[in-house]
Amino acid sequence: MRALVWIVAETWQATVAGAATFLPAGADVTLLHVTASDAQTVARGARDALLGRPHRPAANSLDAISEQSARQLLADAQAALGREAVLDARCGRIEHEVIAAAGTADLILFARDKDHTHPGPRSLGPTARYVLDHAPRAVLLVWPDAPSA
Amino acid sequence: MPEALTLALSLAGLAATLAAAVARPRWLPEAVVAVAAAAGLVAVGAVTVDRARQAAGHLAPTIGFLAALLLLADGCRRDGLFEALGDMMARGSRGRPRRLLALVFAVASSVTVVLGLDPTIVLLTPIVLATATRLRISPEPDVYATAHLANSASLLLPISNLTNLLVFTVTGLSFTRFAALMLLPTLAAIAVEWAVLTRFFAAELGRPPGHQAASAAPHLPRLALTVLGATLAGFLAGSLLGISPVWIAAAGATAITVPALVRRTATAGDVVRALQPSFLLFVLGLGVIVAAASDNGLATAVRMVLPGGTSLPALLGIAAISALLANLVNNLPAILIIAPIAAASGPAAVLAALIGVNVGPNLTYAGSLATLLWRRLLRADGTDVHLGEFTRLGAATVPAALAASTLMLWSGVRIGL
Repeated sequence: MRALVWIVAETWQATVAGAATFLPAGADVTLLHVTASDAQTVARGARDALLGRPHRPAANSLDAISEQSARQLLADAQAALGREAVLDARCGRIEHEVIAAAGTADLILFARDKDHTHPGPRSLGPTARYVLDHAPRAVLLVWPDAPSA
Repeated sequence: MPEALTLALSLAGLAATLAAAVARPRWLPEAVVAVAAAAGLVAVGAVTVDRARQAAGHLAPTIGFLAALLLLADGCRRDGLFEALGDMMARGSRGRPRRLLALVFAVASSVTVVLGLDPTIVLLTPIVLATATRLRISPEPDVYATAHLANSASLLLPISNLTNLLVFTVTGLSFTRFAALMLLPTLAAIAVEWAVLTRFFAAELGRPPGHQAASAAPHLPRLALTVLGATLAGFLAGSLLGISPVWIAAAGATAITVPALVRRTATAGDVVRALQPSFLLFVLGLGVIVAAASDNGLATAVRMVLPGGTSLPALLGIAAISALLANLVNNLPAILIIAPIAAASGPAAVLAALIGVNVGPNLTYAGSLATLLWRRLLRADGTDVHLGEFTRLGAATVPAALAASTLMLWSGVRIGL
Protein backbone atom coordinates (compact mmCIF):
# COMPACT_ATOMS: atom_id res chain seq x y z
CA MET A 1 0.00 0.00 0.00
CA ARG A 2 1.27 3.47 -0.91
CA ALA A 3 0.06 6.29 1.29
CA LEU A 4 0.49 10.02 0.75
CA VAL A 5 0.35 12.04 3.97
CA TRP A 6 -0.20 15.72 3.22
CA ILE A 7 1.34 17.79 6.01
CA VAL A 8 0.12 21.35 6.70
CA ALA A 9 1.98 23.56 9.20
CA GLU A 10 -0.87 24.19 11.65
CA THR A 11 -2.28 20.64 11.70
CA TRP A 12 0.76 18.41 11.18
CA GLN A 13 0.65 16.72 14.59
CA ALA A 14 -2.92 15.46 14.16
CA THR A 15 -2.12 14.30 10.62
CA VAL A 16 0.97 12.39 11.74
CA ALA A 17 -0.96 10.89 14.66
CA GLY A 18 -3.63 9.74 12.20
CA ALA A 19 -0.96 8.19 9.98
CA ALA A 20 0.59 6.36 12.95
CA THR A 21 -2.81 4.97 14.00
CA PHE A 22 -4.40 4.01 10.70
CA LEU A 23 -1.63 3.16 8.22
CA PRO A 24 -0.59 -0.50 8.14
CA ALA A 25 2.98 -1.24 9.23
CA GLY A 26 4.07 -2.28 5.73
CA ALA A 27 2.73 0.83 3.94
CA ASP A 28 5.08 2.96 1.83
CA VAL A 29 4.61 6.40 3.30
CA THR A 30 5.34 9.71 1.59
CA LEU A 31 5.17 12.88 3.70
CA LEU A 32 4.28 15.82 1.46
CA HIS A 33 4.45 19.54 2.19
CA VAL A 34 3.54 22.21 -0.35
CA THR A 35 4.68 25.80 0.11
CA ALA A 36 2.16 28.11 -1.51
CA SER A 37 4.02 30.32 -3.96
CA ASP A 38 1.52 33.16 -3.40
CA ALA A 39 3.26 34.75 -0.42
CA GLN A 40 6.62 34.94 -2.20
CA THR A 41 5.00 36.19 -5.40
CA VAL A 42 3.20 38.97 -3.53
CA ALA A 43 6.30 39.96 -1.54
CA ARG A 44 8.43 40.02 -4.69
CA GLY A 45 5.78 41.89 -6.69
CA ALA A 46 5.45 44.56 -4.01
CA ARG A 47 9.22 45.01 -4.10
CA ASP A 48 9.28 45.24 -7.88
CA ALA A 49 6.66 48.01 -7.75
CA LEU A 50 9.12 50.23 -5.86
CA LEU A 51 10.42 51.81 -9.05
CA GLY A 52 13.88 53.31 -9.11
CA ARG A 53 15.14 51.72 -5.90
CA PRO A 54 18.39 49.78 -6.19
CA HIS A 55 17.89 46.02 -6.04
CA ARG A 56 20.17 44.47 -3.48
CA PRO A 57 19.93 40.80 -2.62
CA ALA A 58 17.94 40.52 0.61
CA ALA A 59 19.94 39.19 3.55
CA ASN A 60 17.42 36.43 4.09
CA SER A 61 15.89 35.54 0.77
CA LEU A 62 12.19 34.79 0.80
CA ASP A 63 12.64 31.40 -0.88
CA ALA A 64 15.32 30.34 1.60
CA ILE A 65 13.03 31.16 4.55
CA SER A 66 10.20 29.02 3.13
CA GLU A 67 12.45 26.14 2.05
CA GLN A 68 14.12 25.88 5.41
CA SER A 69 10.85 25.91 7.33
CA ALA A 70 9.35 23.26 5.00
CA ARG A 71 12.37 20.97 5.46
CA GLN A 72 12.21 21.40 9.23
CA LEU A 73 8.47 20.67 9.30
CA LEU A 74 8.88 17.44 7.28
CA ALA A 75 11.79 16.34 9.47
CA ASP A 76 9.70 16.94 12.62
CA ALA A 77 6.79 15.04 11.08
CA GLN A 78 8.97 12.06 10.23
CA ALA A 79 10.50 12.03 13.70
CA ALA A 80 7.00 12.06 15.24
CA LEU A 81 5.86 9.29 12.89
CA GLY A 82 8.88 7.23 13.88
CA ARG A 83 9.16 5.18 10.68
CA GLU A 84 10.68 5.27 7.21
CA ALA A 85 9.07 7.79 4.89
CA VAL A 86 9.87 9.59 1.66
CA LEU A 87 9.94 13.37 2.24
CA ASP A 88 8.52 15.44 -0.60
CA ALA A 89 8.75 19.26 -0.35
CA ARG A 90 7.07 21.12 -3.20
CA CYS A 91 6.22 24.69 -4.07
CA GLY A 92 3.29 25.96 -6.11
CA ARG A 93 -0.50 25.98 -6.11
CA ILE A 94 -1.20 23.76 -3.08
CA GLU A 95 -4.24 21.78 -4.24
CA HIS A 96 -2.75 21.10 -7.68
CA GLU A 97 0.54 19.93 -6.22
CA VAL A 98 -1.20 17.58 -3.77
CA ILE A 99 -3.24 15.95 -6.52
CA ALA A 100 -0.13 15.71 -8.74
CA ALA A 101 1.81 14.09 -5.87
CA ALA A 102 -1.04 11.65 -5.21
CA GLY A 103 -0.19 9.95 -8.54
CA THR A 104 -0.36 6.22 -7.92
CA ALA A 105 -0.92 6.42 -4.13
CA ASP A 106 -3.69 4.19 -2.78
CA LEU A 107 -4.61 6.62 -0.03
CA ILE A 108 -4.31 10.34 0.75
CA LEU A 109 -4.37 11.29 4.41
CA PHE A 110 -4.86 14.91 5.49
CA ALA A 111 -6.55 17.14 8.04
CA ARG A 112 -9.63 19.34 7.76
CA ASP A 113 -8.44 22.90 7.21
CA LYS A 114 -11.18 25.33 8.22
CA ASP A 115 -13.64 25.42 11.13
CA HIS A 116 -12.22 22.73 13.39
CA THR A 117 -14.74 23.27 16.20
CA HIS A 118 -17.94 22.01 14.54
CA PRO A 119 -18.60 19.04 12.25
CA GLY A 120 -20.05 20.04 8.89
CA PRO A 121 -19.17 21.37 5.45
CA ARG A 122 -17.52 24.49 6.95
CA SER A 123 -14.76 22.30 8.36
CA LEU A 124 -13.27 22.14 4.86
CA GLY A 125 -11.72 25.21 3.25
CA PRO A 126 -11.39 25.56 -0.53
CA THR A 127 -7.96 23.85 -0.67
CA ALA A 128 -8.92 20.72 1.28
CA ARG A 129 -12.26 20.64 -0.54
CA TYR A 130 -10.47 20.60 -3.89
CA VAL A 131 -8.18 17.75 -2.81
CA LEU A 132 -11.16 15.77 -1.47
CA ASP A 133 -13.12 16.29 -4.68
CA HIS A 134 -10.22 15.46 -7.01
CA ALA A 135 -8.54 12.65 -5.08
CA PRO A 136 -8.00 9.73 -7.49
CA ARG A 137 -8.25 7.03 -4.77
CA ALA A 138 -9.27 6.66 -1.13
CA VAL A 139 -9.11 9.58 1.30
CA LEU A 140 -8.61 9.53 5.07
CA LEU A 141 -9.62 12.82 6.67
CA VAL A 142 -8.65 13.59 10.28
CA TRP A 143 -9.77 16.31 12.70
CA PRO A 144 -6.95 18.69 13.56
CA ASP A 145 -7.75 18.91 17.30
CA ALA A 146 -8.34 15.25 18.04
CA PRO A 147 -5.09 13.35 17.70
CA SER A 148 -6.21 9.74 17.43
CA ALA A 149 -3.04 8.29 18.90
CA MET B 1 8.44 72.94 -32.08
CA PRO B 2 4.66 72.24 -32.07
CA GLU B 3 3.20 71.37 -28.65
CA ALA B 4 1.88 67.99 -29.87
CA LEU B 5 5.42 66.93 -30.78
CA THR B 6 6.97 68.14 -27.52
CA LEU B 7 4.20 66.38 -25.58
CA ALA B 8 4.85 63.18 -27.53
CA LEU B 9 8.58 63.47 -26.80
CA SER B 10 7.94 64.11 -23.09
CA LEU B 11 5.61 61.11 -22.84
CA ALA B 12 8.17 58.98 -24.71
CA GLY B 13 10.79 60.08 -22.15
CA LEU B 14 8.42 59.13 -19.32
CA ALA B 15 7.65 55.76 -20.94
CA ALA B 16 11.36 55.01 -21.50
CA THR B 17 12.17 55.86 -17.85
CA LEU B 18 9.34 53.72 -16.50
CA ALA B 19 10.24 50.89 -18.87
CA ALA B 20 13.86 50.95 -17.68
CA ALA B 21 12.70 51.02 -14.04
CA VAL B 22 10.48 47.97 -14.59
CA ALA B 23 12.69 45.92 -16.93
CA ARG B 24 15.90 46.76 -15.02
CA PRO B 25 18.44 46.00 -17.74
CA ARG B 26 21.85 45.53 -16.10
CA TRP B 27 23.60 47.73 -18.64
CA LEU B 28 21.17 50.65 -18.38
CA PRO B 29 20.21 51.80 -14.86
CA GLU B 30 16.87 53.60 -14.69
CA ALA B 31 18.51 56.65 -13.09
CA VAL B 32 20.67 57.05 -16.22
CA VAL B 33 17.57 56.82 -18.44
CA ALA B 34 15.68 59.33 -16.27
CA VAL B 35 18.51 61.87 -16.26
CA ALA B 36 19.29 61.34 -19.97
CA ALA B 37 15.61 61.72 -20.90
CA ALA B 38 15.36 64.90 -18.80
CA ALA B 39 18.53 66.31 -20.39
CA GLY B 40 17.26 65.32 -23.85
CA LEU B 41 13.98 67.15 -23.28
CA VAL B 42 15.91 70.28 -22.27
CA ALA B 43 18.18 69.90 -25.33
CA VAL B 44 15.29 69.70 -27.83
CA GLY B 45 13.52 72.61 -26.13
CA ALA B 46 10.56 70.61 -24.81
CA VAL B 47 11.34 72.22 -21.48
CA THR B 48 13.42 75.36 -20.93
CA VAL B 49 16.57 75.29 -18.84
CA ASP B 50 14.93 77.67 -16.37
CA ARG B 51 11.84 75.48 -16.03
CA ALA B 52 13.97 72.34 -15.59
CA ARG B 53 16.03 74.15 -12.96
CA GLN B 54 12.84 75.29 -11.24
CA ALA B 55 11.39 71.74 -11.24
CA ALA B 56 14.68 70.29 -9.93
CA GLY B 57 15.03 73.09 -7.39
CA HIS B 58 11.51 72.46 -6.18
CA LEU B 59 12.34 68.76 -5.69
CA ALA B 60 15.75 69.29 -4.06
CA PRO B 61 14.50 69.76 -0.44
CA THR B 62 12.22 66.74 -0.88
CA ILE B 63 15.16 64.65 -2.06
CA GLY B 64 17.21 65.81 0.92
CA PHE B 65 14.30 64.83 3.16
CA LEU B 66 14.09 61.44 1.43
CA ALA B 67 17.83 60.88 1.90
CA ALA B 68 17.49 61.55 5.64
CA LEU B 69 14.58 59.10 5.91
CA LEU B 70 16.56 56.42 4.04
CA LEU B 71 19.41 56.79 6.56
CA LEU B 72 16.93 56.66 9.46
CA ALA B 73 15.41 53.39 8.18
CA ASP B 74 18.84 51.89 7.56
CA GLY B 75 19.92 52.81 11.08
CA CYS B 76 16.85 51.07 12.47
CA ARG B 77 17.69 47.95 10.44
CA ARG B 78 21.27 48.02 11.73
CA ASP B 79 20.06 48.32 15.33
CA GLY B 80 17.91 45.19 14.89
CA LEU B 81 14.52 46.93 15.04
CA PHE B 82 12.92 44.61 12.47
CA GLU B 83 14.15 41.37 14.10
CA ALA B 84 12.92 42.72 17.46
CA LEU B 85 9.49 43.39 15.91
CA GLY B 86 9.47 39.82 14.53
CA ASP B 87 10.23 38.39 18.00
CA MET B 88 7.56 40.61 19.55
CA MET B 89 4.95 39.42 17.04
CA ALA B 90 5.95 35.77 17.52
CA ARG B 91 5.66 35.97 21.31
CA GLY B 92 2.53 38.13 21.31
CA SER B 93 0.64 35.89 18.89
CA ARG B 94 0.93 32.78 21.13
CA GLY B 95 0.84 30.81 17.89
CA ARG B 96 -2.71 31.94 17.06
CA PRO B 97 -3.18 32.93 13.40
CA ARG B 98 -5.70 35.71 14.11
CA ARG B 99 -3.62 37.22 16.90
CA LEU B 100 -0.57 37.17 14.64
CA LEU B 101 -2.51 38.93 11.88
CA ALA B 102 -3.65 41.61 14.36
CA LEU B 103 -0.03 42.16 15.43
CA VAL B 104 1.12 42.24 11.80
CA PHE B 105 -1.53 44.92 11.17
CA ALA B 106 -0.25 46.99 14.11
CA VAL B 107 3.42 46.58 13.22
CA ALA B 108 3.12 47.01 9.43
CA SER B 109 0.93 50.10 9.88
CA SER B 110 3.29 51.63 12.46
CA VAL B 111 6.45 50.94 10.43
CA THR B 112 4.78 52.40 7.33
CA VAL B 113 3.59 55.51 9.16
CA VAL B 114 6.90 56.21 10.88
CA LEU B 115 9.52 54.97 8.39
CA GLY B 116 7.56 54.86 5.14
CA LEU B 117 6.44 52.32 2.58
CA ASP B 118 9.88 51.11 1.44
CA PRO B 119 11.13 49.67 4.76
CA THR B 120 7.81 47.85 5.21
CA ILE B 121 8.19 46.12 1.82
CA VAL B 122 11.94 45.58 1.80
CA LEU B 123 12.79 44.97 5.46
CA LEU B 124 9.59 43.98 7.27
CA THR B 125 8.06 41.55 4.74
CA PRO B 126 10.83 38.90 5.01
CA ILE B 127 10.58 39.17 8.81
CA VAL B 128 6.80 38.64 8.68
CA LEU B 129 7.23 35.62 6.39
CA ALA B 130 9.91 34.15 8.67
CA THR B 131 7.81 34.79 11.80
CA ALA B 132 4.71 33.05 10.42
CA THR B 133 6.62 30.03 9.10
CA ARG B 134 8.57 29.75 12.37
CA LEU B 135 5.25 29.61 14.25
CA ARG B 136 3.99 27.06 11.69
CA ILE B 137 1.17 29.33 10.61
CA SER B 138 0.22 29.84 6.93
CA PRO B 139 2.01 33.08 6.01
CA GLU B 140 -0.35 34.20 3.22
CA PRO B 141 -2.70 36.43 5.29
CA ASP B 142 0.26 38.11 7.01
CA VAL B 143 2.29 38.70 3.84
CA TYR B 144 -0.76 40.00 1.92
CA ALA B 145 -1.55 42.28 4.88
CA THR B 146 2.00 43.67 4.94
CA ALA B 147 1.98 44.32 1.17
CA HIS B 148 -1.44 46.02 1.36
CA LEU B 149 -0.75 48.08 4.51
CA ALA B 150 2.53 49.40 3.07
CA ASN B 151 0.21 51.28 0.69
CA SER B 152 -3.00 51.88 2.66
CA ALA B 153 -1.36 52.90 5.96
CA SER B 154 1.00 55.29 4.16
CA LEU B 155 -1.52 58.15 4.26
CA LEU B 156 -0.92 59.46 7.77
CA LEU B 157 2.30 61.50 7.86
CA PRO B 158 4.18 63.48 5.19
CA ILE B 159 7.04 60.97 5.71
CA SER B 160 4.95 57.79 5.31
CA ASN B 161 5.21 57.67 1.52
CA LEU B 162 7.44 59.38 -1.03
CA THR B 163 4.25 60.57 -2.76
CA ASN B 164 3.27 62.45 0.43
CA LEU B 165 6.75 63.95 0.66
CA LEU B 166 6.63 65.08 -2.98
CA VAL B 167 3.47 67.14 -2.46
CA PHE B 168 3.81 68.10 1.19
CA THR B 169 4.99 71.63 0.38
CA VAL B 170 2.32 71.98 -2.34
CA THR B 171 -0.41 71.44 0.27
CA GLY B 172 0.86 74.37 2.36
CA LEU B 173 -0.07 72.36 5.47
CA SER B 174 2.04 72.04 8.60
CA PHE B 175 3.27 68.55 9.60
CA THR B 176 0.67 68.24 12.38
CA ARG B 177 -2.22 69.61 10.31
CA PHE B 178 -1.39 67.11 7.53
CA ALA B 179 -1.42 64.31 10.14
CA ALA B 180 -4.66 65.57 11.73
CA LEU B 181 -6.45 65.65 8.37
CA MET B 182 -5.11 62.22 7.35
CA LEU B 183 -5.74 60.44 10.70
CA LEU B 184 -9.35 59.45 10.00
CA PRO B 185 -8.66 58.46 6.35
CA THR B 186 -5.77 56.24 7.48
CA LEU B 187 -7.85 54.54 10.18
CA ALA B 188 -10.66 54.01 7.67
CA ALA B 189 -8.29 52.40 5.14
CA ILE B 190 -6.81 50.09 7.79
CA ALA B 191 -10.30 49.14 9.04
CA VAL B 192 -11.39 48.22 5.49
CA GLU B 193 -8.23 46.09 5.05
CA TRP B 194 -8.95 44.26 8.33
CA ALA B 195 -12.60 43.63 7.46
CA VAL B 196 -11.78 42.27 4.00
CA LEU B 197 -8.62 40.30 4.81
CA THR B 198 -10.13 38.51 7.82
CA ARG B 199 -13.09 37.41 5.66
CA PHE B 200 -10.91 36.50 2.70
CA PHE B 201 -8.55 34.35 4.80
CA ALA B 202 -11.21 32.94 7.16
CA ALA B 203 -10.00 29.36 6.53
CA GLU B 204 -6.35 30.09 7.40
CA LEU B 205 -7.27 32.25 10.42
CA GLY B 206 -9.67 29.66 11.83
CA ARG B 207 -7.04 26.94 12.07
CA PRO B 208 -5.78 25.72 15.45
CA PRO B 209 -2.72 27.46 16.98
CA GLY B 210 0.71 26.70 15.57
CA HIS B 211 3.90 26.54 17.62
CA GLN B 212 4.51 28.75 20.62
CA ALA B 213 7.54 30.96 20.20
CA ALA B 214 10.53 30.10 22.36
CA SER B 215 10.90 32.92 24.87
CA ALA B 216 14.49 34.00 24.38
CA ALA B 217 15.61 37.22 26.07
CA PRO B 218 14.23 39.90 23.73
CA HIS B 219 16.69 42.32 22.16
CA LEU B 220 15.58 45.90 22.69
CA PRO B 221 16.82 48.19 19.88
CA ARG B 222 17.31 51.15 22.24
CA LEU B 223 19.06 53.51 19.85
CA ALA B 224 16.49 53.00 17.07
CA LEU B 225 13.51 53.44 19.41
CA THR B 226 15.01 56.51 21.10
CA VAL B 227 15.90 58.21 17.82
CA LEU B 228 12.53 57.38 16.23
CA GLY B 229 10.64 58.64 19.29
CA ALA B 230 12.69 61.83 19.45
CA THR B 231 12.33 62.42 15.68
CA LEU B 232 8.55 62.01 15.80
CA ALA B 233 8.31 64.32 18.82
CA GLY B 234 10.59 66.72 16.93
CA PHE B 235 8.25 66.72 13.91
CA LEU B 236 5.31 67.66 16.13
CA ALA B 237 7.22 70.26 18.16
CA GLY B 238 8.92 71.66 15.04
CA SER B 239 5.51 72.09 13.47
CA LEU B 240 4.45 74.34 16.37
CA LEU B 241 7.75 76.24 16.46
CA GLY B 242 7.93 76.67 12.68
CA ILE B 243 11.04 74.52 12.17
CA SER B 244 11.04 72.78 8.78
CA PRO B 245 10.62 68.98 9.21
CA VAL B 246 13.52 68.31 6.84
CA TRP B 247 15.91 69.56 9.57
CA ILE B 248 14.30 67.30 12.16
CA ALA B 249 14.71 64.32 9.79
CA ALA B 250 18.34 65.30 9.16
CA ALA B 251 18.95 65.46 12.93
CA GLY B 252 17.39 61.99 13.36
CA ALA B 253 19.48 60.57 10.49
CA THR B 254 22.63 62.05 12.04
CA ALA B 255 21.79 60.76 15.52
CA ILE B 256 21.40 57.18 14.26
CA THR B 257 24.23 57.17 11.68
CA VAL B 258 27.11 58.92 13.48
CA PRO B 259 27.26 56.48 16.44
CA ALA B 260 27.43 53.57 13.94
CA LEU B 261 30.31 55.25 12.10
CA VAL B 262 32.11 55.94 15.38
CA ARG B 263 31.62 52.36 16.63
CA ARG B 264 32.50 51.10 13.14
CA THR B 265 29.32 49.06 12.85
CA ALA B 266 28.86 50.87 9.53
CA THR B 267 31.38 52.17 7.00
CA ALA B 268 31.13 55.33 4.91
CA GLY B 269 30.40 53.04 1.95
CA ASP B 270 27.43 51.50 3.80
CA VAL B 271 26.04 54.99 4.46
CA VAL B 272 26.39 56.00 0.79
CA ARG B 273 24.68 52.77 -0.29
CA ALA B 274 21.85 53.39 2.21
CA LEU B 275 21.38 56.84 0.66
CA GLN B 276 20.58 55.12 -2.67
CA PRO B 277 22.06 57.93 -4.83
CA SER B 278 20.73 56.35 -8.03
CA PHE B 279 17.20 56.46 -6.60
CA LEU B 280 17.55 60.14 -5.65
CA LEU B 281 18.71 60.89 -9.21
CA PHE B 282 15.84 58.84 -10.63
CA VAL B 283 13.29 60.95 -8.69
CA LEU B 284 14.99 64.16 -9.80
CA GLY B 285 14.97 63.10 -13.48
CA LEU B 286 11.38 61.94 -13.23
CA GLY B 287 10.38 65.34 -11.80
CA VAL B 288 11.85 67.18 -14.79
CA ILE B 289 10.29 64.76 -17.31
CA VAL B 290 6.84 65.10 -15.72
CA ALA B 291 7.22 68.91 -15.66
CA ALA B 292 7.96 68.82 -19.41
CA ALA B 293 4.94 66.60 -20.12
CA SER B 294 2.67 68.73 -17.90
CA ASP B 295 3.77 72.01 -19.51
CA ASN B 296 3.26 70.64 -23.01
CA GLY B 297 -0.39 69.72 -22.70
CA LEU B 298 -0.64 66.85 -20.19
CA ALA B 299 -1.70 69.30 -17.45
CA THR B 300 -4.43 70.71 -19.71
CA ALA B 301 -5.70 67.20 -20.45
CA VAL B 302 -5.71 66.21 -16.76
CA ARG B 303 -7.41 69.50 -15.81
CA MET B 304 -10.24 68.59 -18.17
CA VAL B 305 -11.00 65.29 -16.41
CA LEU B 306 -10.08 66.17 -12.81
CA PRO B 307 -13.04 67.56 -10.85
CA GLY B 308 -12.55 71.01 -9.29
CA GLY B 309 -13.59 72.05 -5.77
CA THR B 310 -13.68 70.10 -2.53
CA SER B 311 -17.24 68.80 -2.39
CA LEU B 312 -17.56 65.11 -1.52
CA PRO B 313 -18.24 64.04 -5.14
CA ALA B 314 -15.27 66.13 -6.33
CA LEU B 315 -12.93 64.58 -3.74
CA LEU B 316 -14.17 61.08 -4.59
CA GLY B 317 -13.58 61.82 -8.29
CA ILE B 318 -10.05 63.09 -7.62
CA ALA B 319 -9.24 60.00 -5.52
CA ALA B 320 -10.63 57.64 -8.17
CA ILE B 321 -8.80 59.29 -11.09
CA SER B 322 -5.56 59.39 -9.07
CA ALA B 323 -5.93 55.68 -8.22
CA LEU B 324 -6.51 54.87 -11.88
CA LEU B 325 -3.48 56.88 -13.01
CA ALA B 326 -1.31 55.27 -10.29
CA ASN B 327 -2.27 51.87 -11.68
CA LEU B 328 -1.44 52.96 -15.22
CA VAL B 329 1.90 54.73 -14.74
CA ASN B 330 2.93 53.98 -11.11
CA ASN B 331 2.21 56.31 -8.19
CA LEU B 332 5.29 58.58 -8.36
CA PRO B 333 4.60 60.04 -11.84
CA ALA B 334 0.86 59.99 -11.06
CA ILE B 335 1.14 62.31 -8.06
CA LEU B 336 3.68 64.56 -9.84
CA ILE B 337 1.16 64.99 -12.67
CA ILE B 338 -1.98 65.49 -10.54
CA ALA B 339 -0.78 67.43 -7.47
CA PRO B 340 -0.11 70.82 -9.12
CA ILE B 341 -3.56 70.74 -10.74
CA ALA B 342 -5.37 69.55 -7.60
CA ALA B 343 -3.55 72.23 -5.58
CA ALA B 344 -5.66 74.90 -7.31
CA SER B 345 -8.67 73.55 -5.36
CA GLY B 346 -6.84 73.63 -2.04
CA PRO B 347 -5.11 71.16 0.29
CA ALA B 348 -8.12 68.82 0.66
CA ALA B 349 -8.00 68.11 -3.09
CA VAL B 350 -4.27 67.29 -2.92
CA LEU B 351 -4.91 64.97 0.04
CA ALA B 352 -7.70 63.24 -1.93
CA ALA B 353 -5.20 62.73 -4.78
CA LEU B 354 -2.78 61.22 -2.23
CA ILE B 355 -5.48 58.83 -1.01
CA GLY B 356 -5.89 57.74 -4.65
CA VAL B 357 -2.21 57.22 -5.47
CA ASN B 358 -1.38 55.59 -2.10
CA VAL B 359 -4.32 53.19 -1.71
CA GLY B 360 -4.86 52.66 -5.46
CA PRO B 361 -1.76 50.54 -6.16
CA ASN B 362 -3.30 47.64 -4.21
CA LEU B 363 -5.76 47.25 -7.07
CA THR B 364 -3.44 45.57 -9.54
CA TYR B 365 -0.65 43.17 -8.78
CA ALA B 366 2.67 44.94 -8.16
CA GLY B 367 0.91 48.27 -7.95
CA SER B 368 1.06 49.17 -11.57
CA LEU B 369 -0.43 47.94 -14.79
CA ALA B 370 2.75 48.95 -16.57
CA THR B 371 4.75 46.76 -14.19
CA LEU B 372 2.47 43.83 -14.78
CA LEU B 373 2.56 44.13 -18.55
CA TRP B 374 6.29 44.51 -18.69
CA ARG B 375 6.93 41.61 -16.36
CA ARG B 376 4.67 39.45 -18.47
CA LEU B 377 6.24 40.54 -21.72
CA LEU B 378 9.87 40.45 -20.73
CA ARG B 379 10.25 37.88 -18.01
CA ALA B 380 7.40 35.45 -18.15
CA ASP B 381 8.83 33.48 -15.24
CA GLY B 382 6.39 30.92 -13.87
CA THR B 383 6.01 32.60 -10.47
CA ASP B 384 3.80 35.34 -11.81
CA VAL B 385 0.86 33.22 -12.84
CA HIS B 386 -1.19 33.26 -9.63
CA LEU B 387 -2.44 36.80 -9.93
CA GLY B 388 -6.08 35.98 -9.39
CA GLU B 389 -6.01 36.03 -5.60
CA PHE B 390 -4.14 39.33 -5.30
CA THR B 391 -6.36 40.98 -7.89
CA ARG B 392 -9.54 39.70 -6.23
CA LEU B 393 -8.30 40.98 -2.88
CA GLY B 394 -7.44 44.33 -4.47
CA ALA B 395 -10.88 44.58 -6.08
CA ALA B 396 -12.46 43.88 -2.68
CA THR B 397 -10.40 46.41 -0.69
CA VAL B 398 -9.40 49.32 -2.93
CA PRO B 399 -12.79 50.81 -3.95
CA ALA B 400 -14.09 50.47 -0.37
CA ALA B 401 -10.90 51.91 1.17
CA LEU B 402 -10.84 54.81 -1.33
CA ALA B 403 -14.47 55.66 -0.61
CA ALA B 404 -14.14 55.31 3.19
CA SER B 405 -10.88 57.29 3.39
CA THR B 406 -12.15 60.08 1.13
CA LEU B 407 -15.40 60.30 3.13
CA MET B 408 -13.34 60.62 6.32
CA LEU B 409 -11.15 63.31 4.71
CA TRP B 410 -14.23 65.27 3.67
CA SER B 411 -15.75 64.88 7.17
CA GLY B 412 -12.48 66.00 8.77
CA VAL B 413 -12.38 69.12 6.62
CA ARG B 414 -16.06 69.82 7.38
CA ILE B 415 -15.59 69.62 11.15
CA GLY B 416 -12.55 71.87 10.86
CA LEU B 417 -9.69 69.49 11.74
